[in-house]
Amino acid sequence: MARHMLWADKLTNFLLAIGIHPRWAVIIVPYLWLTLFFLIPFLIVLKISFAYSTIAQPPYTHINPDSDNGGISLNISDSYGRLINDWLYIGSYLNAIRMAAVSTVLCLLLGYPMAYGMARAKPSTRNILLMLVILPFWTSFLIRVYAWIGLLKNNGVINNILMSLGIIHDPIPMMNTDFAVYVGILYSYLPFMILPLYANLEKMDLSLLEAAADLGCKPLKAFFVITVRLSAPGIVAGSMLVFIPAVGEYVIPELLGGPNTQMIGRTLYNEFFSNRDWPTASAIAIAVLVLLVGPLMVFQRYQDKQMDGAE
Amino acid sequence: MAAEKQRPQTQLTPWNDPQAVPYIRIEHVTKKFGEFVAVNDVSLNIYRGELFSLLGGSGCGKTTLLRMLAGFETPTSGKIYIDGVDMADIPPYERPTNMMFQSYALFPHMTVEANVAFGLKQDGVKDPELKERVSSILELVKLTQFAKRKPHQLSGGQRQRVALARSLVKQPKLLLLDEPLGALDKKLREATQFELMNIQDRLGITFIVVTHDQEEAMTLSSRIGVMDAGEIVQIGTPQEIYEYPNNKMVADFIGSVNLFEGQIVEDESDHVLINSPDAGTDIYIDHGISSAPGAKVWVAIRPEKLHITKEDQQHDVNCMKGAVKGIAYMGNLSIYLIELDSGKQIKVTQPNQIRAAENAIDWDDRVTLTFHPNSPVALLS
Repeated sequence: MARHMLWADKLTNFLLAIGIHPRWAVIIVPYLWLTLFFLIPFLIVLKISFAYSTIAQPPYTHINPDSDNGGISLNISDSYGRLINDWLYIGSYLNAIRMAAVSTVLCLLLGYPMAYGMARAKPSTRNILLMLVILPFWTSFLIRVYAWIGLLKNNGVINNILMSLGIIHDPIPMMNTDFAVYVGILYSYLPFMILPLYANLEKMDLSLLEAAADLGCKPLKAFFVITVRLSAPGIVAGSMLVFIPAVGEYVIPELLGGPNTQMIGRTLYNEFFSNRDWPTASAIAIAVLVLLVGPLMVFQRYQDKQMDGAE
Repeated sequence: MAAEKQRPQTQLTPWNDPQAVPYIRIEHVTKKFGEFVAVNDVSLNIYRGELFSLLGGSGCGKTTLLRMLAGFETPTSGKIYIDGVDMADIPPYERPTNMMFQSYALFPHMTVEANVAFGLKQDGVKDPELKERVSSILELVKLTQFAKRKPHQLSGGQRQRVALARSLVKQPKLLLLDEPLGALDKKLREATQFELMNIQDRLGITFIVVTHDQEEAMTLSSRIGVMDAGEIVQIGTPQEIYEYPNNKMVADFIGSVNLFEGQIVEDESDHVLINSPDAGTDIYIDHGISSAPGAKVWVAIRPEKLHITKEDQQHDVNCMKGAVKGIAYMGNLSIYLIELDSGKQIKVTQPNQIRAAENAIDWDDRVTLTFHPNSPVALLS
């Protein structure tokens, strides 16, 4: 104990000597982390987005005051202009938003009853169900998405079973369609919808439903007026957790989607690696980030409001 | 006043009138959870306009009985009738009862007003009437100025009144209250007790209150049903329960009591004589209890019914001697802890009528304790 105190005192004195109050020392670690691995890379990407594409190593021009042109040369019209002028980018962005939105709604429709069932199950069963929801995370995301190819392809498990049962005679083309992408997103992101909903529904005070029934409210109506209404924070949290990563999803449309499934993540990848147009790719990345900050802020404000309203 | 007119013509003691028709009839109701018997063969009649308390320790089945009346639990066997209607197949949302929950169960996302209006809206009550009824009930519980607040912006006492308003606004045939004053501090609880009685009296609604607080039950109730281990042990007015408990558990649960073990020496119609080595005296009681001589009994005497004096008195019966082992000064009264010569410790309370009395009883004083023959109660179980 005494040695421990001594050590802590020494650390405190050292921090004070170099002008840092020990209180700040605690939060320095996360800030350092975010600066190093988020802010600096972000600034690098931002810088690249304003550069010109060139055939060199690295494949973009440097932005510095003493370049040949004699001033700072910012390339706004080229990379950002293209985003607005070329329908490919707006189209794939809108498509990504649409597909993410549809997937989110499907996740909610499927996840809500599951989370509800889990929350109302016996405590012993509840933990098993929770385990089952988390279990897929033990396998790599990539492998799980790959496995769907085996299920969905023309001579895959699903088509083979349906044909051997005589339900269909020709395989249903499912691979490389939007349908396959929806299946992939729904499958991969469902736990992110279920877990916040479960956490919310599980702590709900069931006497509220009794109170509603006691006051003459039928069970189905009480479900919507009380349960669903009070689980709104869970619905918002789950939807954000599905929607935001789904917009930028690359692996699923790449592996399961067809040539027409243009989502912004895939476009971004193509710009980086196929076209080697780093400035445009960086501009896309920045634009997606900025456009996603909107919903994130809505989420944050909603949460703040909820915290405010909480007991 | 309008409220004055609505006041029903209730008899003061309908339970003593064999002609009176009970409003709520609980007939041989049993509730089992698996092997555990929560409520065991309870039969109870409650009359219109009564404020009936179910009193008992935790786990005695009082809340289960209340929940069966509300329809949240189904009796394993037995019948419940409210105003002559069998409640067996009637779900909670169609029962003419409303409940005030122990946790209040206010809807956290609704304002006070919306919470109170919720029940009326379910019945399709529309606006001019809806507004009128909500505001008049909020006025009754003195919450008009808090109508737009959410439950978390209210104090415990205010929340309790919202819960009360919400359960009263539908004018149920029967209002069920689960530990209504449990979460309030002592001062607020006393004030609310009288408020509750006042409201009950004005609206003429039949109340059933579940409580573990005997003081609360005593002040509020027209009658009390004392429960223990799923059974009703005694039903009676607060006075009956206090003065004539019919067993040790009731005597001990309601107020404080000194219990002496003894044996019947004589049991006549007009008196009983009990030999009690425990008390160090023979106890003479001025009413019979119809038992066999030699039977084992317990004699219960309330601390305030014992008279304490430093004079060395000698009587054949009802006279105990001991030494003062402790004094608790409560202001209005003092509690004396006396060790009898038999070694048994008992409590005696005396009002402090004279300020700083000269001849006051002090620690280690020898005292004589006497009591009137009608004070003790002989209990066979």
